[in-house]
Amino acid sequence: MAEELYTYAVARIRSRELLLLNSDFIEQLMAAKSYEECLRLLTEKGWGGKGHTDVEQMLSEERDKAWALMEELVEDMSVFDILRYPNDYQNLKTAIKLVYAGKEGQSPFVRHGTVDSATIMEAVQSRDFSLLPERMRDPAGEAYEALMHTGDGQLCDRIVDKAALEAIHQAGTAQDNEFLGRYAEQTVAQADIRIAVRAWKTGKSPEWTRNALAACDTLDVEALAGAAESGLEEICEYLRHTVYAEGVPELEKSLSTFELWCDNHLIREIRPEKYHSFTVSPLAAYLLARKNEIKTVRIILLGRQNRLSKESIRERIREMYV
Amino acid sequence: MENMGVFFALLGAVLAAVMSGIGSARGVGMAGEAAAGVVTEDPSKFGKVLILQLLPGTQGIYGLLIAFITLTQIGILGGSSDVSLYKGLLYFIACLPMIFVGYWSAIRQARAAVASIAMVAKRPDQSGKAIIFPAMVETYAILALLISILAVTGIGSVNI
Repeated sequence: MAEELYTYAVARIRSRELLLLNSDFIEQLMAAKSYEECLRLLTEKGWGGKGHTDVEQMLSEERDKAWALMEELVEDMSVFDILRYPNDYQNLKTAIKLVYAGKEGQSPFVRHGTVDSATIMEAVQSRDFSLLPERMRDPAGEAYEALMHTGDGQLCDRIVDKAALEAIHQAGTAQDNEFLGRYAEQTVAQADIRIAVRAWKTGKSPEWTRNALAACDTLDVEALAGAAESGLEEICEYLRHTVYAEGVPELEKSLSTFELWCDNHLIREIRPEKYHSFTVSPLAAYLLARKNEIKTVRIILLGRQNRLSKESIRERIREMYV
Repeated sequence: MENMGVFFALLGAVLAAVMSGIGSARGVGMAGEAAAGVVTEDPSKFGKVLILQLLPGTQGIYGLLIAFITLTQIGILGGSSDVSLYKGLLYFIACLPMIFVGYWSAIRQARAAVASIAMVAKRPDQSGKAIIFPAMVETYAILALLISILAVTGIGSVNI
């Protein structure tokens, strides 16, 4: 019976998918003569409805629209916790750093988390972490103490980022929905790979790498941390024996091409959701597709604004969902 | 024991109406949710999705028809209701195709209708083709209706 719950919502999403940006439109944006023409094309598509010309404001408005639609369609938003947890932990990092720096007032918090950013700020300011959900309490306290005692922002980030990945993995394991479970697993594993490569590049100690990696089912984090000690070739060699072997040639090129592969791989994975009619998966796929197109538009607009070459922008463009 | 014949025949008739009716109610409701979703975004598609919503409703009518014919045959709606136990069981068996196929085909047709409604949402120009997919499921409901009608009407001439 539960599978029927989203029939109405999925049908609405099918209509909304017609408004998603396709690869032809992305080509149009690329072919536009100027940044202003790009903005005009996006406005014609309904982007930036409140007349914003600031890129970040316009993209933020598009994110708000996607989440507002989900709030309208889904009674229990906890089904999207996997997609919202990263915002919670991002806000936690921001709050800890603001308190450390002694800054108050308007803060660059992100919206659409599971916990109100004011609550996170209050918890950090008062050092009363019991105001936070249980999963955030220990990492919040640990990261706070680490930053206050060492002043090491990277250490603070590492603690909170690992907690975020662990929360996503745990939520994915508890998920009944196979699609969201698979998404959680891939998110954690791909983040682990990026962490391992960055740790090797920046010459972090093996212990640091081990402490930064979050456990997941498709990677052996001990083996990955061990490979990160030796170098990129060892990381690639280890990954060739995992389900992420397809991404190894991209990782060998650079971390940014690997990130591009991860995003494109995700889009290819979620495309079959266009043909499912009853579960929450098509709604989550729509959110991910919107996130992907917002990221792509941002790359194009900022690239055009900063007069980057079209080839350079094209290298970073993601595949579209529709 | 003689009255048990009427009991089994009536049970078959009632189940044919009830199970097919439940299947159709669930099916039309499911397709209705999807249709409402599409019309919320684009009210101009109302006519196209309404046809698709109604498709799973036919099984309920077929179940009613079988129940009506059975009730007529066993004399519940008038005449003699002298039905032996064996004949009563035969009437019950004759209703089984409509009971099972009526229920399940309505549910499966509704799933196909929901998928077709999604197709109309994206490609309204293909609405003719979209109707074909759920309509194919109707074939099996009609086959079940046919065999139940033939069996129910034929039992009267059997001497047992």
